[in-house]
Amino acid sequence: MQTKVENNKAWFLVMPVFLIVAFSAIIPLMTVVNYSVQDIFDPYTRYFVGTEWFKQVMLDSRLHEALLRQFIYSFTILAIEVPLGICVALMMPTKGRGASLALILVAIPLLIPWNVVGTIWQIFGRADIGLFGAFMAEIGVDYNYASNTTDAWLTVILMDVWHWTPLVALLCYSGLRAIPEVYYQAARIDQASRWAVFRHIQLPKLTNVLIIGVLLRFMDSFMIYTEPFVLTGGGPGSSTTFLSQSLVQQAIGQFDIGPAAAFSLVYFLIILLVCWVFYTTIMNMQKDK
Amino acid sequence: MTQATTTQHNRSKSILTEQAPVVSIADRKAKNATLRGRIGLIVYVVLLLLPIYWLVNMSFKTNTEILSGLSFFPQDFTFANYAKIFGDPTWYMGYVNSIFYVSMNMVISLVVALPAAYAFSRYKFVGDKHMFFWLLSNRMAPPAVFLLPFFQLYSSVGLFDTHIAVALAHCLFNVPLAVWILEGFMSGVPREIDETAYIDGYTFPRFFVKIFIPLIRSGIGVTAFFCFMFSWVELLLARTLTSVEAKPIAAIMTRTVSASGMDWGLLAAAGVLTILPGMLVIYFVRNHVAKGFALGRV
Repeated sequence: MQTKVENNKAWFLVMPVFLIVAFSAIIPLMTVVNYSVQDIFDPYTRYFVGTEWFKQVMLDSRLHEALLRQFIYSFTILAIEVPLGICVALMMPTKGRGASLALILVAIPLLIPWNVVGTIWQIFGRADIGLFGAFMAEIGVDYNYASNTTDAWLTVILMDVWHWTPLVALLCYSGLRAIPEVYYQAARIDQASRWAVFRHIQLPKLTNVLIIGVLLRFMDSFMIYTEPFVLTGGGPGSSTTFLSQSLVQQAIGQFDIGPAAAFSLVYFLIILLVCWVFYTTIMNMQKDK
Repeated sequence: MTQATTTQHNRSKSILTEQAPVVSIADRKAKNATLRGRIGLIVYVVLLLLPIYWLVNMSFKTNTEILSGLSFFPQDFTFANYAKIFGDPTWYMGYVNSIFYVSMNMVISLVVALPAAYAFSRYKFVGDKHMFFWLLSNRMAPPAVFLLPFFQLYSSVGLFDTHIAVALAHCLFNVPLAVWILEGFMSGVPREIDETAYIDGYTFPRFFVKIFIPLIRSGIGVTAFFCFMFSWVELLLARTLTSVEAKPIAAIMTRTVSASGMDWGLLAAAGVLTILPGMLVIYFVRNHVAKGFALGRV
């Protein structure tokens, strides 16, 4: 690591970023803070209510359920996507035309607008017009994501695995490509088994990208909104209503701005906390090297 | 130095040839493993493409055919769904709007992120670490949290339903991302280059544009790609901040639901058309993307 020069004039270079992000982050965030402590009837009638909304949010059982669902969902997809992504990355060719073709094909799901992802699976999973739904019916499984809770969960998770495993795979793939050929030669001379190569050469080199991958997948799955909304609309009942969706329901659907704002802040703080833990871990790991 | 490595290389080669029988078994094993890997990859890619194939398949069918049963190829092949989209300004303007605000966002993000990333990679200054973390924390902010305030903010400054509003809103997560990726690339450029340029009498702006930017070309390509990607796929903010003039295609697609039921063919065709720009972009940057990922900064 090169040493950096101390120079406070560098702030001038950072200024544009600061201003533009402040405009779209600090102003809205302060608005949310403002809402969270007031009871608003209309723009001219508002009362200061202190921490009342926060108390209400903390005790709201619907939100507890959404939070629980959110955690189950995020950890489930992580448990599936990370190993699967590593496997795919190990299988991808490293040289020649095949390499770029595989790269492009694997990356396709990442570039599809999120609501179209929802639409694709909405169609794909229907028993009357979708291949997957029809296939399930053919093998005698009574499958209907719109009315059965288990099926809805299965579809939402399958959709996320389909959509985001490529990201983990691409991260791991590039991590693998950074391993010098010499390591493999050494392993070949030692007649190391495939597993030993993976365990002692590839996996250690993948740690960094995997942390980024896990971090990104955790964050993004924690704010997931569009895909389940298009696919199941949060149903059946509220079985696939995750945090973002219950927030939008409260803020726009019921127009409970105060509680929704308090909820937003708690939500944001949870994410920020996890983000901070990850960030410090990564930075410490880099320092150790 | 070169010679030394060559001899070493030769020696390792000679070791390999001396133990010929063992190596050939290992080779065969490795070949089998690669073969299994190829088959596994092909199975995965086929499963990955199956839903997309189904969408494409449907987009060439008429609604009667879609609802009358499953078929792997359109029996009654039709371009009618696509013709409808390209013939109706309220449809195709959605694509124009999307591409317009995505490009604007890409340009804004790059222009502001380049100097900032340079500052983070080269200098220490008061609050640099906090600033960097604060920027990143915005990448983690759920858009749903900012929905209502954004709507009010942009309405109050008169930007509601303009392309620039969406472009600015997407800066919330794209600018931090751009700074992060670019910082990674810039840290890979040795400081000596900067110092030599300053000694040679380059001013900062001239050095930055003439020497530094060409050096991190591929980094800029990767950054542009990710800005494009995240702005293109986002819908929640884009839909909230627009009503008619700047409405993105993703929001227009919901029109296919009507009283007479879903217009599945049209929906599928619109979906297929949203996938195309992304595929084009990834084709152009395919060689750089792996590099960008390798930095682990996405």
